[in-house]
Amino acid sequence: MTFTSTAATTLAGVATALTDGGKTSSGEAALFWVLAPLMVLAALGLVFARKAVYAAMSVVFVMISIAFLYIAQDAPFLGVVQVVVYTGAIMMLFLFVLMLVGVDSSDSLAETLKGQRWIGIIFGLGLAGLLVTVVVSSTFPVAVGLDEANGDSNPVGVARLIFGDYIFAFEVVGVLLVTAALGALVLTHRQRLTRHIGQKERSDARLASGHTLTPLPAPGVFSRSNAMDVPALDPTGAPLEDSVSRVLRIRGQEREFGVVAAEIEAPTRTASDPEVQR
Amino acid sequence: MSLTNYLVLASLLFAIGASTVLLRRNAIVVFMGVELMLNATNLLLVTFARMHGDLSGQVIAFFVMVVAAAEVVIGLAIIVQIFRTRRSASVDDVNLLKS
Repeated sequence: MTFTSTAATTLAGVATALTDGGKTSSGEAALFWVLAPLMVLAALGLVFARKAVYAAMSVVFVMISIAFLYIAQDAPFLGVVQVVVYTGAIMMLFLFVLMLVGVDSSDSLAETLKGQRWIGIIFGLGLAGLLVTVVVSSTFPVAVGLDEANGDSNPVGVARLIFGDYIFAFEVVGVLLVTAALGALVLTHRQRLTRHIGQKERSDARLASGHTLTPLPAPGVFSRSNAMDVPALDPTGAPLEDSVSRVLRIRGQEREFGVVAAEIEAPTRTASDPEVQR
Repeated sequence: MSLTNYLVLASLLFAIGASTVLLRRNAIVVFMGVELMLNATNLLLVTFARMHGDLSGQVIAFFVMVVAAAEVVIGLAIIVQIFRTRRSASVDDVNLLKS
């Protein structure tokens, strides 16, 4: 109870009203000028980052900053939804797929369409120039602010519209979500082209192949040697090759039992020699 | 500060997202560019809602978010499916229909 009221007062403190001339408060201006350059930089990171994970993290930064701006713009409901849906669900889904596809799947730098990069750069700069010019040169009415519309708190106002004027759109969107969930299930469903291989088939195949059925023997354990690289001895005293890890054997890091035995015996003999003791 | 600054920021973000779609080859990064464009549009809608004192803009931004969530689910499922069959997430490798 206290938590919700504190959160409400904090949000009310962050969400600032407009002045008479439609200007924002200086606190909001400070927030904007801190966040906006960082957001543009992070968004450029999406274009220039070599690794897809870095691009995803910069997009997460942009989205959280946009949530800040929503709350500053009298839209606390959308701010919370932005954090929950975009950064919490969508970007995490992106990261999951990145891990699934492989983090090291970097871009190929070869151009398949000739001059496509330059055309893309020119188009991007042109679009930025065009949009900014249109926005800057157009005349907007004096900003009203949402104090009146948010009279019964912002979520209540949004809910009145969603469940009032936009109720049909809301239901259509619900159908869309169900369809999307089903579509994802159908798309990621893998059709089985071969017969299912279960536990019984695997065990039968293993028996038929004639390999060792039990776990392989552990390597030899000697108190004065790193025993991972020394083979164990069977009851007759012969070394068991299988007891050393296959990786060590392929790398050639396996040690002969005879060498180790000599190392171990040498100090023991000197210690037990009566002349050395004296 | 006037509210136009928000609109300029949203325009810049939209242009950067569009450039990402045009310049990058990795399908997942291209898709993140589309998400950035949707986010920029949402910022624009929220700013216009405040400018006109009407919550409809916020409601439409909310619908955009829901549609974006549905779109991401399907898009990523398609990318995963293409990756399974072609072992690649690059948009250039999806050219089986090329004569």
